Formats: sequence, structure tokens, C-alpha cells
Amino acid sequence: MKINLKIWRQEHARVSGAFVHYTVANVQPDLSFLEVLDLLNEQLIAEGGVPVEFDHDCREGICGACGMMVNGQAHGPLQRTAVCQLYMRHFSDGDTVTVEPWRAKAFPVIKDLVVDRSALDRISAAGGYISVKTGAAPDANAVLVAKPDADTAFDYAACIGCGACIAACPNASASLFTAAKISQLALLAQGQPERKSRVVKMTQQMTAEGFGDCSNHGECQSVCPKGISIDAIAQMRREYIRAKLPFG
Amino acid sequence: MTLNARIPEGPLPHKWGNFKDHCQLVNPSNKPKHTILVVGTGLAGASAAATLAEQGYRVKSFCIQDSPRRAHSIAAQGGINAAKNYPNDGDSVWRLFYDTIKGGDYRSREANVYRLAQISNQIIDQCVAQGVPFAREYSGLLANRSFGGAQVSRTFYAKGQTGQQLLLGAYGAMMRQVAARQIELFPRREMLDLVVINGQARGIVVRNLLTGEFERYAGDAVVLATGGYSNVYYLSTNGKNSNVTAAWRAHKRGALFANPCFTQIHPTCIPVASEFQSKLTLMSESLRNDGRVWVPKQAGNQRLAQEIPEADRDYYLETRYPTFGNLVPRDVASRNAKQVIDEGRGVGSTGLAVYLDFRDAIASQGKSAIEARYGNLFEMYQRITGEDPYAVPMRIYPAVHYTMGGLWVDYHLMSTVPGLFVLGEANFSDHGANRLGASALMQGLADGYFIIPYTLGNYLATTPLPEVDTSDEAFGEAEASARTRTMKLLSIQGDKTVLDFHRELGHLIWNGVGIHRHQQGLKKTIEDVRSLRHEFWQNLRVPGEATTLNKNLEFAGRVADFMELGEVMARDALAREESCGCHFREEFQTASGEAQRRDEPFAIAAAWKYQGDEQPPELEHETLVFENVELTQRSYR
Repeated sequence: MKINLKIWRQEHARVSGAFVHYTVANVQPDLSFLEVLDLLNEQLIAEGGVPVEFDHDCREGICGACGMMVNGQAHGPLQRTAVCQLYMRHFSDGDTVTVEPWRAKAFPVIKDLVVDRSALDRISAAGGYISVKTGAAPDANAVLVAKPDADTAFDYAACIGCGACIAACPNASASLFTAAKISQLALLAQGQPERKSRVVKMTQQMTAEGFGDCSNHGECQSVCPKGISIDAIAQMRREYIRAKLPFG
Repeated sequence: MTLNARIPEGPLPHKWGNFKDHCQLVNPSNKPKHTILVVGTGLAGASAAATLAEQGYRVKSFCIQDSPRRAHSIAAQGGINAAKNYPNDGDSVWRLFYDTIKGGDYRSREANVYRLAQISNQIIDQCVAQGVPFAREYSGLLANRSFGGAQVSRTFYAKGQTGQQLLLGAYGAMMRQVAARQIELFPRREMLDLVVINGQARGIVVRNLLTGEFERYAGDAVVLATGGYSNVYYLSTNGKNSNVTAAWRAHKRGALFANPCFTQIHPTCIPVASEFQSKLTLMSESLRNDGRVWVPKQAGNQRLAQEIPEADRDYYLETRYPTFGNLVPRDVASRNAKQVIDEGRGVGSTGLAVYLDFRDAIASQGKSAIEARYGNLFEMYQRITGEDPYAVPMRIYPAVHYTMGGLWVDYHLMSTVPGLFVLGEANFSDHGANRLGASALMQGLADGYFIIPYTLGNYLATTPLPEVDTSDEAFGEAEASARTRTMKLLSIQGDKTVLDFHRELGHLIWNGVGIHRHQQGLKKTIEDVRSLRHEFWQNLRVPGEATTLNKNLEFAGRVADFMELGEVMARDALAREESCGCHFREEFQTASGEAQRRDEPFAIAAAWKYQGDEQPPELEHETLVFENVELTQRSYR
């Protein structure tokens, strides 16, 4: 089939970008969306043009490197699917697909579809861990964790840090990303000693990075490729209140 | 020349303890005076960076990704082994050691493998303390499962995302040290050369992938944890950015490259669907615990799976290997799949697949039990193929997944360049000729959390390290050479893209140094790779500029190195005149078609020494001494 692409091209953060139209012919339904961008880039190189830059790596939806707005939706039309796992069988011959980078103040564009997501690393550095030194751990079965808590903790821990939640949020809030880590660790016995300081430090960093506040739109959970629930944000708020109130 | 592995004295179970008891320590007040350059942020690199920083060293951490959390360890699915024996099913350190060394077909070093098994339990403790959400029983205790080739349940797992969870644990530990200013992060940097001064590894040259600038970093030691080289095959289960460049450039500066032909072909991958396919997706082999592998008995079958009656199905692994059945090691499963496919019994539209069928497991255990165990894998399969594996059998095909070969290291994990340490998949040390499932995560974390802190400390405490800085002429020479090579790639402006060349190289290596190898084919592969390499340097076209983000340029540099590695892989496979583990030389097989080892003279690690771009490398070796296990013919029947 033939796919028309309308792709955001931008040389770097200091110049403005614009949409450019391309057409890729002979697209097989078994190709992934990123493979169509590969094809387009091969076409551009053959014509003496400059390929479209986009981040990608594992192409199995787990590394979180890829991410782009496809027809206005973060990672495209499929639920619980990173764009690398989006296959062309979900498109039709002659479709026009609009492709843009993540848009958020805290995610400056580097080039074309590539943005700077280092703000997420800084939120993690603010407290997204349990402070245990190598070698200092007790036997792994010394601390029991109830299965439902372990399972829910896993669901939150599945975040791939792609930034789709932020790109989809009208406020460009990083609440789901931040809350997923806070909630994972709050559910585990091992996470208790730093429970209060963690939520305070991580949310402070989130604000410092220029991410907006959450106003319960829920766009984040609908685009999350790992299906992380907005319940995490409710949990984060409870954690924050507990940490801030003297009787918490 | 024979290489000295510096294995400590004493009986096997006491070697690591003896080493730790007697190694030299760095005085705490001196640790901040040492800068350690850690390249790579996967399980090995992140755990090493975090632990060294906790100890007080100044760590500089480099990765090609935009964030350390994206290293390819993230994609490991199945699990991590440990000899905890929580299920009380007879496991022990000895048994984990024995299974690993036997699984590797006796081509790994006893002392290293034993140490790995000893450390395995500490890794689980460490990860649980970090909040890694491993699967648990209703009692709240940790759950275990059995994994490809093992007769005990010693694998800890977090659904099908164990690598992700372990890596995020290590990443968290690392970010804690970033916040404490013990680690300085350098993401989007690619190591393009190793700087050797007075025979010691003292620095690296990296290219800033955003600005294109070349940067120099000096340190007292360099730790490479840059993963494996499966992408030499073009199609593999590795991430698109996984590459051999850092290791290869270190090789060209004097580090020997061991057993490059030992590459693991994983039996349970989603088959290739089209010629433009960019990568292969692995599905955890834990699927073989419940799925049954079969093909039709007759060649040329046109029926759908559900139309083929029981009597016409050949469950060939169960028939041929009654003891292990569907759980035979990876190399055996892959070879058998290729064999039935070569007989014309392959399934699916391309005929390049076998079935992995869950019908019986769903009937006996219920759909919800299967869903709980493999739900995300089934989902992934359906997303990629458009087929529902609860209703029709999965189609699987072998794909390159892991490379046991890598830079040669001694017991200290130090390469033949003093001060250059190599961890995880990038080294060759623990898996011999075949890696058992759930052992890669174990090795990466053992190397990073628990081994390098001791052996690197010992090196720093016992080695005179004169002051160096980045103005040293060795840095200038290394930077100039990296720059020249990069600019050359841009200047050719020929007719073929990096992708064209990479795909061609992949075909050559897959056909020549893949599941089956033979003398003639290997000789031809050497010639073919050489001529492709010459064409590459004459006819490559790289678009864009060197001063901005230019992924085509990055890829070109990596493919250029794969072009050199590929030839050495074929030379290694040619020189190893035996079959062992993954390395199946058609000339060397038993009457029943199994791999025929020749322990005399091939119970060695073959380590190749770079001799110049167009010169064949020189072969050196380490003799593997087996004092504790008897070398037997592997039998899974």
C-alpha cells in the first residue's frame, strides 16, 4: 500500500520547524511503523536528502527510546502499544499519517522527532530508588511482600520512561511517570524508610523541571504503552499528604 | 603464547574467598583520588558504576542512549538464576556451577563459573532490597520457575520483564550516586577509542552524538560493559543500537578477542515476515516450559495447524530427547528446528518456522493459569503477527540472541591491556560455547556488583599509576584516528547505504557462521566479508553532517567494525576443528548427529590478537584446566 507521511522536520532547538510531506510506496502490512520510517530514510538518502532522525532501539516496546505523536496520539492509535510495536496492518492504502515529536516545555526538540528527556533522569535521581548499598542486603526471603502488593508494585514498575504520558497531557505533567515510581516503592516493605522524603523530593524536582500539574484529564493512562493506571497519581497525592502533615 | 588467567590458589569452593581475603584494598581516603571510566550502562555497567561510586571512587559513566536506563539489558525477559534452593528441590552452588559449565559444553573456566554460582544468591538479596518486584507466592515468599535445560526451579523472574526490573534497580542505584555527585553521567556519547599510555588503559575518546564533537576523558582504569555483537548478523534480537565498536576499538589497541565464533542462536523468536524487517523479537524460552514444539510429519504440508490431526504431528524434541523434551538447551533446540525446516517440514507462509503449541497446557491448566504466566508474551506475539496464540499455535524460528565470545579477561575480569576491565556480555568468560537461560542477567550483575569492586581495587592498590591528563600525545593520536575514520565514512559518497551493507554482511555471517558451519563455507565467508568490506570503504553513502545528530553516521561506524569482526568470527570458527555447544561444524558430529567435541586440543579459549587492518589476526590461547568436573559428552536424551 501507499502511505503519505506528514513529518515534523526541525534542524535543532534554536530554529523553528515545519511539516514536510513524503510518500512511501510498497508498504507491506507486516512492517512496523518505524520500518516505514526506515524505508523513507533510505528513499531520502537515495535522493540526496537528509534522513528523519528519531530515537529507537529495542523495537519491542521495552526500552522506551522511541516515541512520537502519530495522528495526534502519543505512540499512535493502538492502546498499550509503543510506536515501535505499531504495525502497518492497522493503516489503509492512501492514508496520510501526521508525525510529530513529543511536545512539552521540559522536552526541548533536539532534531526532527528526537527530544531531550533528561528531565526524567533528574526526577529519578531525586529519589526514585531505595538507598541500599551493595552487599548490605538481608536474605531475599527475610522480608515478605503480600502477592497483591508485589503484583501492583510490578504494574507500576513496568514504566518504560518514554514520556508519552507527558506528551499527551494538556498540562505536560510528569505526574504519571513520577507517581509510578513513588507508588511502586510505597507498596513494598523495603521502600518504607524513605517513603516520605522520596515523594517530597521527586515532586519538587518534577516542578523544578517545568512540568505542569495534574488536573485529572487521564490522557496519560490512555496512551501509556504499559497501561499504568492513573491510580498511581492518587496514591502519590496520598503519599504527599502523609509526608507533609504532622499526623500523616 | 599461553595466556595466564591468574586463577587463585586453593580448592574450587575457596578460590574466591582466598582472593578476597588476600587482595589489596585501596585506603578509603585514597578512593576519591581515583577516576574510573565506565562505558555502558546495562546490568554490568550500571551495577559497577553504582557500586564503585558507593565505595568512594569518582566514576564517569558513558552510554550511547539518551538515558542509562535504556541499555539493552532492559529487554531481557525470562529471569535470573540463583542457587537459593528456596523450592527445596535439590539445588546447590555446585549444581548451578555444574549445569552452567556442562551447558557451556566445557569451554568455560571452572573458577569463574564457580564464583558466579557462589555470588548468585547475593544478587537476589541485593535486587530484592532495591525493590525489584520479583514474582511472589501467596505466602509472600519469592516464586521460582524452571528454565530451559535446568531440572531444578532456580529462576527468579518478574513476569516477562526481568531484565527491565533488574536494570531499573541498578539504574536507581546509579542515579542515587549521580545525586550524590559520585557519578558524572555522559549520555549520548559513543566510545571510539581506548587510550593506552605506558601499556596501561588510561582513557577513552568518545564522540558526542548530539554535537559530533570528539571528547577526551582520562582515568585510572577503564571498565567496558558494552554488551555483545549479535548485530553483526544484521537481524538479531538485540536493540538496533547494540554494537561491538567500543570492544573492537579496544581490541585494536591490544585487547585479545576470545571465541568470537561462539554466538547463541535462540530457538524461540518470532519468524521473519518481510525483507524490510529491521529486527527480530525474542520470546522468552520460559514458553518452552508449557508449550510443545512440533511440525507436521510430512513435508510440504498445506493444512492449518488446527486441521492437522494428532497422528500427523511430530513432537520432535519430545521424541528425540525423552529426558529433557522441549527443555533441551538452546543450541540443541535451534539445530533441531533448522533440521526439520531443511527437511521441508517448516510451517507458516515462509516455511521458516516450527510450531510452539499451548493447546494441551491450556486444556490441563486452564487459560487463566497460562495467561498469568505468559500473558505479556502472548500479547506481544499477537501484536507483531496479528495471530492469537491462545487459539492457534505460535510460530517460532531461531534467531541470534547472545554472544558468548568477547574480549578475553582473566579471573580479575581484566583484559590483556592492564587497567582495561571488561564485564558482562562484552567479555568471554563464563558461558563457554553456550549460555544457559537466565544466566546472562546473573553474570552481568555478578561482574558489576560483586566482582569488579574487589578486583579493580586490587589493581589500583598494586599498580603504579603515573599522573596523566588528556593533553598527552596518546590522547591526541587516538582522537585523530577516531576523527579520521569518522570523516572518511562521510566523505566516500558512494551509492549504497549503511543499511544495504549491513544487510549483506548479515546474510554472509548467518549463512557462513550460523547454526551450521563447515570448512569450505567458512573459507568462502572470509573472502566474501573481505571483499564486502573493501566495497564498503569505496561505495558507502552516508548523508548529512558530522556536527549534528546523525544516526546514519553512527551506524556506519558500527557496521565498519562489524565488517572486521565478521572476518575474525569466520577465522575462529575455521580454526576450531570440533563441534561444541553453539559451534556446530558439520565435519565433527556423532553418529546420532550431535556435536562432537575434541577436548584435545580444543579445550581452550581461542584469543585473537589484532595485527593490522589487512593482516590476519594471530591466535593465542588459554588452556582450560578441568580439575573438578569430568568432561562428558552432553546428552539430553
